[in-house]
Amino acid sequence: MTVDRRSRILLRVLGLGYLALLLLIPIGIVFYRTFEHGAGAVYDSVTTPAAISAFSLTLTVTAIAVPLNTVFGVLCALALARGRFRGKALLNAIIDLPFAISPVVVGLALSIVFGRGGWLGGLPFQVIFSVPGIVLATIFISVPFVVREVTPVLKEIGDEQEQAASTLGASRWQSFWRITLPSIRWGVAYGVVLSVARCIGEFGAVSVVSGKISGETETLTLLVEKRFQNFDLAGAYAASALLALIALGTLLAMTRINPRRDDA
Amino acid sequence: MSTLALQLRGRPAGRPGALGLGISTLWLSLVVLLPLAAVVARSTEGGLETFWTAVSSRQAVSALRFTLLVSLAATAINAVSGTLIAWILVRDRFRGKRIVNALIDLPFALPTIVAGLTLLALYGPTSPVGIDVAFTQFAVLLALLFVTLPFVIRAVQPVLIELDREMEEAALSLGASGRTVFARVILPNLVPAILSGAALAFARAVGEFGSIVLISGNIPFKTQVASMFIFKQIESDNPIGAAAISVVLLFLSLLVLIGIRGLGRWGARHDR
Repeated sequence: MTVDRRSRILLRVLGLGYLALLLLIPIGIVFYRTFEHGAGAVYDSVTTPAAISAFSLTLTVTAIAVPLNTVFGVLCALALARGRFRGKALLNAIIDLPFAISPVVVGLALSIVFGRGGWLGGLPFQVIFSVPGIVLATIFISVPFVVREVTPVLKEIGDEQEQAASTLGASRWQSFWRITLPSIRWGVAYGVVLSVARCIGEFGAVSVVSGKISGETETLTLLVEKRFQNFDLAGAYAASALLALIALGTLLAMTRINPRRDDA
Repeated sequence: MSTLALQLRGRPAGRPGALGLGISTLWLSLVVLLPLAAVVARSTEGGLETFWTAVSSRQAVSALRFTLLVSLAATAINAVSGTLIAWILVRDRFRGKRIVNALIDLPFALPTIVAGLTLLALYGPTSPVGIDVAFTQFAVLLALLFVTLPFVIRAVQPVLIELDREMEEAALSLGASGRTVFARVILPNLVPAILSGAALAFARAVGEFGSIVLISGNIPFKTQVASMFIFKQIESDNPIGAAAISVVLLFLSLLVLIGIRGLGRWGARHDR
């Protein structure tokens, strides 16, 4: 014991009080406000055509961005954990960039590349103020998650089993599918959960490139903003509650995956 | 069998070939580097003088200064409270600790726009307790405290779990007070973790946008942060101005990333 009972309780009250004031009470109020006028109003508000279209756009974009970043994330992690090459530190730094860059800068960057007079401004289809721009922005901001979760696992398991498999005549594909992938699967799963949450919740980058056309390029987070600014507080709360539920589901998945990840 | 497959088969297992490395580098270059290079290129399109005029305009300087100050404040507060909460989660015992531990990640999982709306619900015009800080600098601080909450906690927690208790017990048996043990034994071991968590929090705070949009009111010279300033420049069709401030933010992010790498190496050296 380094702390006597009284100061221990004081510290506990301080820490938990801070969490309550910053996290728990505000979120509790959002849920209370959402369901204040009954669940029927909430249901109506999240099933308007604009809301359904926003929700399905958000899911579509996530369904494109996450698998791509999972495949490339595992490839990058393999290169970082196993490869020895020049510029590894640089590659590492580039992977972390999306964590550190303002989402607005990401949106601006894409609109400069694909917008009027940009380096790739002459593509036959529209990117900015259209769905491809939203997809690109979402891919950008979710690049690091799978790489960052899988690399340490790969380093920890080492490559002895893979070498054994190789001396026994397994091809690289076989040893990847039968040995590497099973041992990193919970790391990959954790990274995927984090990526999904980030993709669904992205706001800044998407808000620059989307053009916010209701029913076409409006994602769920943009819908929350629009409803709030149109003084439709109840509608904004309802859409927010839906997003908060997804976030809580994410936390649940994280706590489920975490112990298995440590076993691996 | 194709020559590619033959090549792959011939390689020792476990070492990714040039193919994997090539694909990942290409992917990162296209997705991350190309757009960022375009920002830098656009910012200097009108010459260095235009760049300088954009960066040194009164509104830009004020937005950058406020961003730095409020981010530093949020980082400092969360460095202290984060260390405290990590300590509670590791050393204290109370009911519902596992739930509290899971909820720490909520700011990571919750969309930033919802975070802003959430804070407005308690601390905005419709506050049930009558506290209304909306559209003030304090509101921006509040939003940054919310989104950067997990960083220090999650950096300190594992170090605290691994920390050898024998040192503390030895210090206590030699007559040190609880406070002395914390200041002289526990804290020095935690400093690298606290700093690297704080650096991540700072990087996040400097670029934060979503949670601030609704709560700050975006008042120039008062509550306007750099990311909001950039957004306004884009909306008013001034991409060169927006790009110039973005380059300043990019430069800051790079500095912080390099700093974190250095901290990581320092922390590793302090590891027993």
